[in-house]
Amino acid sequence: MRREPPQRLADYGPLFFPAGMLTVFFVVPFATMIAVSFFQREQGGFYTPAFVFDNYARFLSMFFGKVLGFSLFLAVAVAITCVVIGIPFTYLLSRSARKIQVVWLVALLSILSLSEVMIGFAWSTLFSRTAGVTNLFVWLGLMAQPQALTPSFGAVMTAMTYQAFPYTVLVLYPALVRLDPTLTEAARTLGASPVKAFFTVVVPALRNTILATLIMVFIFALGSYLLPQLLGRPQHWTLSVLITDQAIYQSNMPFAAAMAVFLVLVSLALVGLALYAGQQRQAK
Amino acid sequence: MSGLNLSHVTKQFGNFTAVNDVSLSVPDGTFVCLLGPSGCGKTTLMRMIAGLDLPTNGSIELGGADITAVPTHKRDLGMVFQSLALFPHLTVGENIAYSLRIRGTPKDVQKKRVDELLAMIHLPGFADRSVAKLSGGQRQRVAIARALAISPKLFLLDEPLSALDAKLREAMQVELRQLQQRLGITTIVVTHDQREAMTMADTVVVMNGGEIRQAAAPVDIYRRPADSFVADFIGQTNLLPVAADSTGRASVLGEVIEGITLPAGAAKGMLSVRPEDVQLTAPGHGAIAGTVTFIRDLGGAIETFVEAGSTQVIAVSSPRNRPDVSVGQSVGIRLDPATSVVLAR
Ligand SMILES: Nc1ncnc2c1ncn2[C@@H]1O[C@H](COP(=O)(O)OP(=O)(O)OP(=O)(O)O)[C@@H](O)[C@H]1O
Ligand SMILES: [Mg+2]
Repeated sequence: MRREPPQRLADYGPLFFPAGMLTVFFVVPFATMIAVSFFQREQGGFYTPAFVFDNYARFLSMFFGKVLGFSLFLAVAVAITCVVIGIPFTYLLSRSARKIQVVWLVALLSILSLSEVMIGFAWSTLFSRTAGVTNLFVWLGLMAQPQALTPSFGAVMTAMTYQAFPYTVLVLYPALVRLDPTLTEAARTLGASPVKAFFTVVVPALRNTILATLIMVFIFALGSYLLPQLLGRPQHWTLSVLITDQAIYQSNMPFAAAMAVFLVLVSLALVGLALYAGQQRQAK
Repeated sequence: MSGLNLSHVTKQFGNFTAVNDVSLSVPDGTFVCLLGPSGCGKTTLMRMIAGLDLPTNGSIELGGADITAVPTHKRDLGMVFQSLALFPHLTVGENIAYSLRIRGTPKDVQKKRVDELLAMIHLPGFADRSVAKLSGGQRQRVAIARALAISPKLFLLDEPLSALDAKLREAMQVELRQLQQRLGITTIVVTHDQREAMTMADTVVVMNGGEIRQAAAPVDIYRRPADSFVADFIGQTNLLPVAADSTGRASVLGEVIEGITLPAGAAKGMLSVRPEDVQLTAPGHGAIAGTVTFIRDLGGAIETFVEAGSTQVIAVSSPRNRPDVSVGQSVGIRLDPATSVVLAR
């Protein structure tokens, strides 16, 4: 089908509504945030329009650098964990009977209906000393005494992986279902064991999907601010936690805005880098 | 005993028997075609030979060793799938070298073998191309080269040519046969195109309903079909009822035909006569009586449809021996016992 390019202004009509929505709900708030990040903070939670770099300067300290580093590390770790567990899981799911697939997909979709708060409190109960899973281990004779597993880095990782996992599966699933099953069979007739066939055929054939999934989970995890607070120690707090803290409890809008802008820039740069690396390998 | 041996191989899916008690012996270096209508179990049988499906019953032997339970990747075979299943993320050369890479063959040996195979399939210099940019026939050849890279003991192809247009298909049939003869490799091809089977095979295996109906050389399959299914499935044939009287003389459509005998004890049977073996003559003198109902001139051959009793008999003649008949005319039909085959009913 050949499409005519739009001729008159009216031909652009269908674009007005989405463009308007995008402007009102994304461009304006984001521009406001950029502007605020350069404002001058006053005592008592107020700020006055200005053009100062104080907020950014304050941000460039050792402490905030460390928090930024940890946030990126945590997001990358969650993304990799989700994908490493998600690919074999989704692969097996896509090869199993229809009924089993439906049950799993419904279960995963229902996780999406849980809010971050519910997930956080559920895991903090599960990881607690008084009512947690360790009581089960004690009962089974695997442990001598119940133990608190939270706050800890492991608890934060577990809950965040749990939260991002349904998205991972939902992105991978269509690609794996579409993957021709005779590809792995061909690999097996050519001498590859099922495991080798998985790593030499399924994974490379899905490289672009895997990259897209990694980026999606990375960004998703970067924005998480409740789970690190609920399940982690202060050193496990992410930049998102600090932004919330500054914006809501310290009433320091300009500083919060500066951190948010910086976080967006860093994550954009990382995503760009990942895409560029992916393209380089593709071209080879 | 070397070669491939299937004994009493059966495959059931739930209550459904897809392959039923199949026994077959394929000597080394033979080209076998599995031929049969859709759903008769050809693919299932081939998948069991490849180890992609496990037989419910029976055993498979290759080169004297029982391979029934050996996993696919340890069978050292080459297989070409109907969808070809070329790896989209690899180049032509990497596709062909895949089986060598998996076995840890040194890079330079791989490269040499790939060049050799590309020359063999008439695609020299294609190693660095992407498989997505090949034509149908080229993809076909790459799939064949990939399957042959390790010089397998057994070469399996499941409807390898069905995606190609008629002309290319004929050319590939000849090429595949020549390649097989040059390499002397035991080859099994699944097809439902009987011309394809006749072109390529040393042995044609006709299957129906999960069972082997006949396994023989193409000429024998055509000239001496084992039963009415094979006679009807391979080429065109006239199936005429034969009855024997108390003295054992056989008659077809009311006329006694000398030289045709039914198996001892049988009172009824079927006679398979190829249309080109049916002779039209003047009525009477012991010929079967019939009436011409339709004449079809195909240029290269003339088909005359004759109604005899309530049975339709088709006669084919070449334009040089055009029968001098017209629609509605009474004619006589003569059958040669030497070219007619009596089949059980
Ligand atoms: N995994 C399966 N589960 C259930 N039934 C199956 C399965 N695979 C094949 N069948 C059935 O077994 C029968 C034989 O199938 P098969 O694919 O071997 O036929 P085929 O001779 O290759 O046919 P075609 O020429 O159409 O490819 C069919 O009736 C099919 O429905
Ligand atoms: Mg088939």
